[in-house]
Amino acid sequence: MATKAALGTEVQTCYHCGDKCVEEVVVAHDKSFCCSGCKNVYELLEENNLCTYYNLEENPGITGKLKGSESRFAYLDDAGVEAQLISFKSEAICKITFYIPQMHCSSCIWLLENLFKLNPGISESTVNFLRKEVSLTYFPQKTTLREVVTLLARIGYEPEITLADTDGKKTSKPNRTIIYKLGIAGFCFGNVMLLAFPDYLAITEGLQRTFGSFFGYLSFLLSIPVFFYSARGFFTSAWEGIKQRMVNIDLPIATGLLALFFTSIYQVVTGSGPGYFDSFTGLVFFMLIGKYFQQKTYDTLSFDRDYTSYFPVSVTVLKEGGEEAAVAVRNLKVGDRIRVRNQELIPADAILLRGQAMIDYSFVSGESEPVEKVMGEVIYAGGRQVGESVELEVVKEVSQGYLTQLWNDSVFSKEEAQSVNTYANVAGKWFIIVTMLVAAGSLVYWVPRDTEMAMKAFTSVLIIACPCALSLATPFVHGHTLRVFGRNKFYLKNTSVVETLAKIDTIVFDKTGTLTEPSAAEISYTGKTLSEAQLQSIKSVLSHSTHPLSQRIFQSLQGEVVPVSHFKEIAGKGLVGEINDAVIRIGSASYLGVKADTGSDTLKTTVYVSVDGVLLGYYTFYNVYRKGLKHILHELEGKKLAVLSGDNDHEQARLQDLLGTEAELSFNQSPLQKLEYIQQLKDRQHKVLMVGDGLNDAGALKQSDAGIALSNSVTNFSPSCDAILDAAAFDKLSKFLGFSRKTMKIILATFAVSLVYNVIGLTLAVQGLFSPLVSAILMPISSLSVIIFATLSVKFAAKRAGL
Amino acid sequence: MYIIFLMIAVSVSVAAAFLVAFLWAVRSGQYDDDYTPAVRMLFDNETPAKPARKDDKSTS
Repeated sequence: MATKAALGTEVQTCYHCGDKCVEEVVVAHDKSFCCSGCKNVYELLEENNLCTYYNLEENPGITGKLKGSESRFAYLDDAGVEAQLISFKSEAICKITFYIPQMHCSSCIWLLENLFKLNPGISESTVNFLRKEVSLTYFPQKTTLREVVTLLARIGYEPEITLADTDGKKTSKPNRTIIYKLGIAGFCFGNVMLLAFPDYLAITEGLQRTFGSFFGYLSFLLSIPVFFYSARGFFTSAWEGIKQRMVNIDLPIATGLLALFFTSIYQVVTGSGPGYFDSFTGLVFFMLIGKYFQQKTYDTLSFDRDYTSYFPVSVTVLKEGGEEAAVAVRNLKVGDRIRVRNQELIPADAILLRGQAMIDYSFVSGESEPVEKVMGEVIYAGGRQVGESVELEVVKEVSQGYLTQLWNDSVFSKEEAQSVNTYANVAGKWFIIVTMLVAAGSLVYWVPRDTEMAMKAFTSVLIIACPCALSLATPFVHGHTLRVFGRNKFYLKNTSVVETLAKIDTIVFDKTGTLTEPSAAEISYTGKTLSEAQLQSIKSVLSHSTHPLSQRIFQSLQGEVVPVSHFKEIAGKGLVGEINDAVIRIGSASYLGVKADTGSDTLKTTVYVSVDGVLLGYYTFYNVYRKGLKHILHELEGKKLAVLSGDNDHEQARLQDLLGTEAELSFNQSPLQKLEYIQQLKDRQHKVLMVGDGLNDAGALKQSDAGIALSNSVTNFSPSCDAILDAAAFDKLSKFLGFSRKTMKIILATFAVSLVYNVIGLTLAVQGLFSPLVSAILMPISSLSVIIFATLSVKFAAKRAGL
Repeated sequence: MYIIFLMIAVSVSVAAAFLVAFLWAVRSGQYDDDYTPAVRMLFDNETPAKPARKDDKSTS
């Protein structure tokens, strides 16, 4: 049914995944596929009448090229593992939620919600696209967890099941408390406002006389839930502050709210006035909006991952008699023999026993070239095997490994201390001092003259001086900044990171993968000039190899591919093939039997080429620095720059040139050394920003004041950090820093605006002229104008900054 | 004029009913995912004989 066609001149795209069919074209059902994997998925879907999948989006599929054997899901049959993953289990049904990062379009949603057509054992599946999750319900009598996962993997949506999933249940229940609080406060505010109307309008004085106390008591009743439920957060936070002998922004708020509430109760009970319940509920409502705004971040992105989020749940262990068994990674012991297949992660530090190991450490170090290991060498956990399956002997338990030891550092165990010196807290401190002074002053002034007036003036000052503007300015400015950054593919963990970024004076970069482009390498050729035909032959031989270096050179060469005979790939050494009776060899210096060119560049990756035993020359791979790096670094002038690299120092001269002579460059840094370096900088009172990408930067990212993880696809990989930056937006880094400094100025300006209101209000209050009418006008106007001012000025500043 | 007592009682209860409805909606998770349902409603109901129209595309 399927026929293989030779690579034609026109490049066809795969009907399933939309990839260009470079290596082969599989034609079936009048459609072309890039590989048999894609074709198989198509056939499976067609059989089950699910081709709507292809109608919703063009080429929605996920490439079927990289697929491991399905036996790797054997561990899911283990009852213990199953129990840890499943969120609900009964005799009749099981419920489970999978994280599927491959999900990308509406076709995906459609197919994943029609899974029951592929496996009748699945009763229901619901997708949450933003979280990239699918919640499944299945009948354990009809199917098993393993069958469900295998099915998902077969159609290209292999769920990500990692060690972190089995570490007890994640209580990822969304926190809805703030919405409840907001709803109740809004309800009470609206109704109290309605009841307060007669006070505002002089014409309804008759109404007020008849119903005054009824309205008053009803307002009181409506304010009770606001006081005890909605506003509770402000009181507890203020109390926490007092206990630690600190003044935070919530203390003046709590004081103001208490003064408002109890004055109002007094007025209603004694019948001396209508109270300020409308101001009270309104204030709480507006401030909760601010809180909600501040809390809303990117819950679809994960900022707190550690190594367990990347490690597999199980690994194949070889028993005495050569039997294979899936064993949970946590139970791995020193001395266990494990088998690691193509594209599998090595879970623990181990010695290579058998097989050709090509370890891709990109996940650990950001280094893109797979490293060759020979038998007897220790392979560190976190590497990914590329190529054939290998046998290893575990030498350290998972938690004791070289990489995982980083997580034993105290940095990772300590809770992040709430930043105390935020603008709002500093301003709040001065605010309450001034308010108390003014209140005390008015008390001193009025007591000898009029005791009743003294009480009125005192409470009025506390009420009117409520720092709602202060508490609103910060969340709104930060919230909008977060959104502006998000639009530019810079995602902050929470709003307080904005303030940290504004204070940064030192920037430390990781080299590989951060300053350099991980997926590209510059290739240069040194040696005898190659003829057109020779280039063609080299390209043809390379086309048969899947080695990343071969692929890179292949892509850089022009020309057609001609048939090659007697092709052989000697893993870890090189390639050989015959074209028109000429023997072409491509590979390492030792493979070609030549002495490597021991110039200055012995540390660089080189690939040698020979024809009929005659050495022609070699290709050298250079790191490619990110586009416009020089310009970016130039823009960061004025800040201390440093580079930490896990790599050797062969690029030192180039880096020094890029970063300037002031910059500190450190090479051959282990993850722990990176962490210590950051600590030293912090000890010298620097505010450090770390930009990194790999797990080896995780310690440094965590240790720094602000850690930015650079990622090529934000949903895939990022170590724990404060912010995730899409690699495409790397050139805007200095703009982001500049903009966060600007937002600090906006906050100050907002404070100034609120100061004007406070001066007006306090002037009236100390004279004892404060009335419900004044509060009714001043309160909403000041809150709303602060919100509007904050919103508009951030928008304006963003436009000017070009973000 | 005493009708006002009744009217306020009615208005507050109606508002309270809406509050309860809102809290129930939040509690049952209706606000947890504000994207997927918008896409889901665009899918055609499957009629096994007729394939879905080709031009019926939703954006993602």
